[in-house]
Amino acid sequence: MAENVTPRVRVPSEATAGEVVTIKTLISHTMESGQRKDDQGNVIPRSIINRFVAAFNGETIIDVTLEPAISTNPYFEFDAKIPESGTMTFTWYDDDGSTYEDAHDITVG
Amino acid sequence: GNWSRLAAQQTLSQDDLIGPDGSGNVTLIHITDIHAQTQPIWFREPEINLGVGDVAGLPPHLTGDAFRKAFGIEKGSAMDYALTYDDFVALAKTYGKMGGLDRISTVVKAIRADRPDALLLDGGDTWQGSLPALRSNGADMVKLFNALKTDAMTAHWEFTLGLDRVNEIIEGEFAGAFLGANIFDATWDEPAYEPMTMVERGGQQIAIIGQAFPYLPIANPSWLFPDLSFGVRQERMAAVVQEARDAGAAAVVVLSHNGFDVDRQMAANVPGIDVILTGHTHDAIPEPVMVGQTALIASGSHGKFVSRVDLDVQSDGVKAINHRLIPIFSDVITPDAEMTAMVDETRAPYADEMAEVVGRTSSLLYRRGNFNGTWDDLICNALISQREADIALSPGFRWGASLLPDQDITREDIFNVTAMSYPNAYRTEMSGEQLHLIMEDVADNLFNPDPYYQQGGDMVRVGGMGYRIDVSQPQGSRITDMTLLRDGTPIEPDKTYNVAGWASVNEGTEGPPIWEVVEAHIREQGDVSIDPNASVDVAAG
Amino acid sequence: IGAMGAALFVPQLAMAATTEEAISAFTGGATPGEGDLTLTAPEIAENGNTVPIEVSAPGAESIIILAAGNPNPDVATFNFGPLAGEQSASTRIRLAKTQDVVAVAKMSDGSFIQAKQEVKVTIGGCGG
Ligand SMILES: [Mn+2]
Ligand SMILES: [Mn+2]
Repeated sequence: MAENVTPRVRVPSEATAGEVVTIKTLISHTMESGQRKDDQGNVIPRSIINRFVAAFNGETIIDVTLEPAISTNPYFEFDAKIPESGTMTFTWYDDDGSTYEDAHDITVG
Repeated sequence: GNWSRLAAQQTLSQDDLIGPDGSGNVTLIHITDIHAQTQPIWFREPEINLGVGDVAGLPPHLTGDAFRKAFGIEKGSAMDYALTYDDFVALAKTYGKMGGLDRISTVVKAIRADRPDALLLDGGDTWQGSLPALRSNGADMVKLFNALKTDAMTAHWEFTLGLDRVNEIIEGEFAGAFLGANIFDATWDEPAYEPMTMVERGGQQIAIIGQAFPYLPIANPSWLFPDLSFGVRQERMAAVVQEARDAGAAAVVVLSHNGFDVDRQMAANVPGIDVILTGHTHDAIPEPVMVGQTALIASGSHGKFVSRVDLDVQSDGVKAINHRLIPIFSDVITPDAEMTAMVDETRAPYADEMAEVVGRTSSLLYRRGNFNGTWDDLICNALISQREADIALSPGFRWGASLLPDQDITREDIFNVTAMSYPNAYRTEMSGEQLHLIMEDVADNLFNPDPYYQQGGDMVRVGGMGYRIDVSQPQGSRITDMTLLRDGTPIEPDKTYNVAGWASVNEGTEGPPIWEVVEAHIREQGDVSIDPNASVDVAAG
Repeated sequence: IGAMGAALFVPQLAMAATTEEAISAFTGGATPGEGDLTLTAPEIAENGNTVPIEVSAPGAESIIILAAGNPNPDVATFNFGPLAGEQSASTRIRLAKTQDVVAVAKMSDGSFIQAKQEVKVTIGGCGG
C-alpha cells in the first residue's frame, strides 16, 4: 500500500429529494507516471490510482479510468442526483492492488 | 525647447487641472499602478507600444504623433509631456516632476469637497516598487492609502509580499475592501477573496467587482502565494456581474488589473459592465474607450494621474459617464500638508540610506517601451560586468521611474527600478537553443494576437546579444538573427553561454540582490552614459 | 523572465499511441462529429503539472479526455452512472507542453461528438 494516502471529500449532509448536488473529491497520491528517472538514471516504476468510483446506495454516479497524465493528488468534481436518504461511497483503486474508501451519509428531509 | 518654465507655469493652474464640479450623482476616483511612488518623479511614457491583431493602432497602442493626433494634444503642451515620450528631457525641465501622494491627496480632497461620498478605487500594484515599501512589507503604502480613505482595491504585485503578509494586511491593516473575483483556492476551486462590494451612492446600489492580475502564478513566483489560482475566468466574471444585477445593482464597475487589451476583450464578451477601471499595462488615455456600452478608463501609473469618473445612475441603469484624466503636475498642485507629513514619517527610517549618492548619469534613464530602455540597458551592463556573463537578461517590467541626464543617481533611484521580493541576480549556463526558446516564449506572452494570452509586460531586455523580432509571426518564428554582440558571431543552438539575470520565478534562485549589483557597477563607472540601443531590430509589419 | 530550466519535458515513450488511434479505439472507428460537448480549460496553464479541465455533455454515456501533445495522449475516461446529476466532471491533468486537449463523448444513441481547446504551457513571464 502506498504511504500517506488520504482521501478527502466535500459532500453536503442534507438534500431535498431528487436534488442535484456538487461533490468534490481529492486523494493525496504521488501518481508516479512511470516516465520519470531517479538520480541514478533508473526509471521510477509507474504507481498510480487507476480507477475512481462514486456511488449512492449502491448505484453508480461516476466511474473514472485514470491514466498517468492525471495530476498528483487526483481531484474530481461532479454532480450527483440524490433520490432518497442514504450513503455516498467513494472508492479509489491503486496500481498496487490496494483500495481506499470513504463514505458519507446524506439525509433527505 | 522654446518653452520657458515661467510661461508653462502660467498656463497651468491647480483649479484647471482638477476641473469643475462633476455631473451626475455618483463619482469614482481611480488610482492604479502607483508602485509605491509617494514622491514626485520623472516618468517617460513608451516610444514603442505595439498592438497586435485587431488592436493594432488602437489606444493604448499609440505613441508620439499618433497619440497627439488621436486626442488633439498640442506638441510641447503639458499633456504632451505627461502622455508621450518625444522631447521628454526638454519638456520635463519645463513642466517638472509628476505625481506625489501629497498632491494626489489634494486632488482627492478637492473632488470630495464637491462630491463627499466619491468612491476611491485602487487598481493595485500599490504595495511594491520602492525601498520603503520593500523594507516595510507594504505597511507604508497600506497606511497611506488608508489615509486617502480608499474604498476598495484589487491586486497584482501585492502577492509578491507573500500570501501570509497579504492576508495579514487584509485582515488587520487595510481599511478598505480587498476584491478579486478571479482568485480561487487551488485545492478546492473555491473563491479565496470577496469578489465584490455593494455600496449605496446617489440613492442607487453600485457594485464594485475586483479582478486581480490573471497571470500571477506565471509572471511572478507562485511559491510566494501557494495554493492560489487566478486566470481571466470570464464565466466567473459574467456570473458575478449577474449576481450584482440580481442583487439590485444599478451600476456595475469592474476594478481590474487585467491589462487593457484583456479588459477590452472581457468588455466585449461579458454583458452588463458599465465601467472598467483598467490597470496593469500602465496606459494613460485621456478619454474613455467605449466597447459597446462599457467605458474603459486607463489612469496611467506611478501617481502621474488620477481619474475622476462621474456617473449619472438611475434605478434603470447608467445614463451618462463623464471622465477626466487629471495630471498630477507636482509644481502646480499644492501638497496636502497632512499627507506630506505622513509620507515623510514612512520614509524617515530609510531617509539617509535612500539619499546616498551612488553616481551620476549623463543620459536619460527610462524603462518603458516594448523592447528596451536605458535603465535596463544599464542593469544588463551591470549584470555582464559584475557577474562576468556573456549575455544578460532583465525582465520587461513596466514599473520604474526615469532619471534626467546630468542628475545624481541615489540609492533610492536604484530601488525605484529594482525593489521587489525575489531580486537575486543569478548566473547560469544556457544553450543558444534555450535562449531562443525563452525569447520566443516571452514574445508570445506579449504579442499573441488573442488578448487572453497576453500577460501585459514588455519584452525581456537583453544585454550582450542582439536579435531581430517580427511580432506578426507565430510563436517559434518571431525571433531571428540572435547575435553575440561581443564578437558579432551568430548565437549557435548547441553552444553554451554564460547568462546572468534577475527576478527568476524559480524558488531558491541564488545570487546577490540586483540593487547591489547595479550599485557596484555605477560606483565603478562614476558617471554612466547609455547609448541608444541599436541591437534589437523590430519588424512591426 | 523567469523559469530557468523548468521541468516541462517528459521522456518520450517508445510505444506512444497517437491521439487518432486513441479516439478510434474509443469510437470503434467512427469519426466524431460536433455537438453539445463543452471542454473548459484555462487559456494558459498556471502549472503544466496540474491543469484544471472540465467536460460537460448533456446525455453522454461517457467522455474520454486526451492530451494530443503528451508522449502518451491518454488522460482519463468518465463513465456516467444512473445517479450522475449531470454528465459533467472536472479534474486536473499534466500537460508536457502547449497543446490541444481533446474530449470525445459517447452519446446514448451511440453517436460520438468531439471538442478541443488549446492550452498554453509557458515558462513564465514578466509583468506590468
Ligand atoms: Mn501589474
Ligand atoms: Mn503595474
